[in-house]
Amino acid sequence: MVSFKLNGRQVSLDVPGTTPLLWAIRDVAGLTGTKYGCGAGLCGACTVHIDGVALRSCQTTVSEVANKAVTTIEGLSKDSSHPLQKAWVDLQVPQCGYCQSGQIMKAAELLAKNKAPSREEIVTHMDGNICRCGTYHKIIAAIQTAAKGA
Amino acid sequence: MTKMLDTSAAPTLSRRSLLAGLGGMTFCIAMGDGTQLVNEAQAAPTAAKQINAWIRIAPDGIITIYSAGTEMGQGTKTTLPMIATEEMDADWSKVRIEMAPPEREIYGYIFMGQRDMAIVGSRATQLYFNDMRMAGAQVRRVLINNAAKMWKVEPASLRTEASFVINPATGAKLSYGEIAAKGEVPKELPVIKPEELKPRKDWRLIGTGVPRRDIPEKVNGSAQFGIDVKLPGMVYATAVHHQTGTPISWNDDEIRKMPGVLATVALPNGVAIVGKTYPQVIAARGNIKVQWNKGQAGGFDSDQALEDYAKVIRDPNADITNLAKKGDAGKAFSDAAEVFKAEFRSDYGYHAQMEPLNAVVRVAKDGKSAEVWEGTQAPDATRDEVAKALGLEPQKVTVNQCYMGGGFGRRSLGDYAAECALIAKEIGKPVKLVWTREEDITNGMFRPQSFQSLEAAQDDTGRVTGWRHSVVGDGGVLLHTGIQIPYYDVPNQQIERRGVSHGIRVKHWRAVGHVFNVFAIESMVDEMALASNMDPIEFRLKNMAATPKARRCFETVAQMCDWKAARPEGRALGLSISERSGSLGAGVVEISLDKKSGKIKVHKVWLAVDGGIIVTPQAAKANLESAIIYGLSGILHEQISIKDGVVEQSNFHDYNVMRMSDLPEVMEVKLIDTDTRPTGLGEVGNPFIAAAIANAFYRLTNKRLRHLPFTEERVLEVLKA
Ligand code: FES
Ligand code: FES
Repeated sequence: MVSFKLNGRQVSLDVPGTTPLLWAIRDVAGLTGTKYGCGAGLCGACTVHIDGVALRSCQTTVSEVANKAVTTIEGLSKDSSHPLQKAWVDLQVPQCGYCQSGQIMKAAELLAKNKAPSREEIVTHMDGNICRCGTYHKIIAAIQTAAKGA
Repeated sequence: MTKMLDTSAAPTLSRRSLLAGLGGMTFCIAMGDGTQLVNEAQAAPTAAKQINAWIRIAPDGIITIYSAGTEMGQGTKTTLPMIATEEMDADWSKVRIEMAPPEREIYGYIFMGQRDMAIVGSRATQLYFNDMRMAGAQVRRVLINNAAKMWKVEPASLRTEASFVINPATGAKLSYGEIAAKGEVPKELPVIKPEELKPRKDWRLIGTGVPRRDIPEKVNGSAQFGIDVKLPGMVYATAVHHQTGTPISWNDDEIRKMPGVLATVALPNGVAIVGKTYPQVIAARGNIKVQWNKGQAGGFDSDQALEDYAKVIRDPNADITNLAKKGDAGKAFSDAAEVFKAEFRSDYGYHAQMEPLNAVVRVAKDGKSAEVWEGTQAPDATRDEVAKALGLEPQKVTVNQCYMGGGFGRRSLGDYAAECALIAKEIGKPVKLVWTREEDITNGMFRPQSFQSLEAAQDDTGRVTGWRHSVVGDGGVLLHTGIQIPYYDVPNQQIERRGVSHGIRVKHWRAVGHVFNVFAIESMVDEMALASNMDPIEFRLKNMAATPKARRCFETVAQMCDWKAARPEGRALGLSISERSGSLGAGVVEISLDKKSGKIKVHKVWLAVDGGIIVTPQAAKANLESAIIYGLSGILHEQISIKDGVVEQSNFHDYNVMRMSDLPEVMEVKLIDTDTRPTGLGEVGNPFIAAAIANAFYRLTNKRLRHLPFTEERVLEVLKA
């Protein structure tokens, strides 16, 4: 039994402590917005926040988050009202959408500490997150839009 | 806190709801050859024992429209119903979209004489545009006729606006919902003449950038992909495969003893491991040792094979398929003032769709029916393949379409859904099969590798009069795409394929053959332009006799990039053109080169496209930009190599896809305004890139890149040579 805070709620999951957080979130807690892309820390599709830091849930075990606060895309806002989510819709960022939870969570970490990131800062911060559909230019624009509005 | 997803509420299951409501009007449409709307009674006999509807108007005014545009990010789930809505003159905010069921006889388009539902070649809008317009117009006519009857006036005296029929003489209004509640769909549905369709100047939706309906779900984690489906009692599976092999034996006892493992299942070309949780089956996969009967590709070496292709070009006994013969190529070459020859190569490429392949299947207890959840480009293929795997009639298989985390041509066969069905049947429980990324790569179906030999004959005026192009590889029709040059006028042509067979799995891949064929063609044209001391655009217009459509593309892109302007030190431009799915696009890149590392940096990309009428400008542009990036990624970074029948790459550390830091600083796309039928826009942005870069590279280095991809290693070799 591993206990942690998931999107503001205390949860106890009955899984081995070595279970990757990714699968615990998706298959046990039932929050499927966090995605499996590579399982090897190479793509960022599985990005969540752990105590406010964007980390790859496929490379984090549940025992590592015991008593910590995990936020997934479902917990970023109640109603898609986070400035990034709004900018993502306004600029029609997603193509297939599969990478976008990870992109948004990674971008949210940046905006939390840098209110007006430059293009270069955005690229450096986001470079680990693959978007196979090629929405990178829209992601940059949406982060800048959200930064202005936030 | 274990939570089961209540799949009965999942959006993919709701298709029956279209027909479930009582009252209102349901319209069934027979697509294709002289599209006509038919009523339910007429549609029923051909409709696999259920009435297949396209459009339904409920008494509350809610309009439900099926979309046959399977959604992988290109936006056609929204686009196709929007086209019908335009002609219906309906209120878009009242329109609900559901995915069309996999009845190709009803919902399929006709392409090359066949009815099909696979959304491939980026042709959804192109193939459904006319049909969806006709359908919408017929529905509108029925609504008007009903209102006219109610009011006892002439139908021609009425007009429509945003889901209302209006009588301008009296100011009376009837909503579509009110009409649907009381009216009827006639036995013989009205025939609409093409000239009766809404004129372009009156369009309110087409061409205006209606937002995609799937986007809000894709920013909050609620969009349901195949991998997200969970059924009560479901177990998890993953698998190992061999490209051409069959399993002989494996360490079964050891695997079955691993935590959570429930069973192993022999597959035609692999072994599946079934267990209680996904991490448990992945762990077991890491320990499985399979003895393979390796089959045809057992000792296959991709580098060696590519070397051997050069011999096939000279082999009189090669397996030759003629692709185009025009004029007298032999004479053109013997009369030529100048003959050019060039050879090009390209490696295998992998789709790398972001969502690894997966499916969920539940076989009924009595084994007589089954249900599938999958993100698929071809729901009809999935239905048929699953049915075949289970020995069922296709009608006994229900396909619930989920969003696709990328398709790019890989998700159109139903193969992994069929695999999942076999496992589910054997286990007797609902199964979710997810291939690991490693499996997705090593058991991939690739863009084939190829070897190209080109020859061109110029007469004494410099005009290109003869053209020979031979492509060697294993992939049948996959090797043909993009090999024709309809945008140039070369009077004498001979184009052929020389087939070989390796057994390595190959597949469509975002414009597939275009990638290497256009690379070869447009590199060769550039070499000739240089040798003639001509501007590359001028050479294409004069000596290649580019068509007026091509001229417009060249002239537009020249203007966009200020073609003749000087570039900063260390930068150069390269030009290329390609045709795909009826669209034509000329593109220019501006690059620089780090001579130490061999890294090519693409700074700017300009692309001018003639894609006919643009139905959704925002999505059209996004598709073209996406294709540019896919193209850049493919030709700068991506390489599959095979040794001893085994793919050497296994994840994103050695199969490199483009990251944000390689994004060009400028990416400009222009859609040329035309009045012709829409054509495909998801792929035409991809194939021009390779030659454009190679042509720019030559201007920087006086060296020619002849082998895709242009990895840093390969660039250094070329610089040294
Ligand atoms: S799935 Fe975790 S980084 Fe790719
Ligand atoms: S939107 Fe498809 S991978 Fe990013």
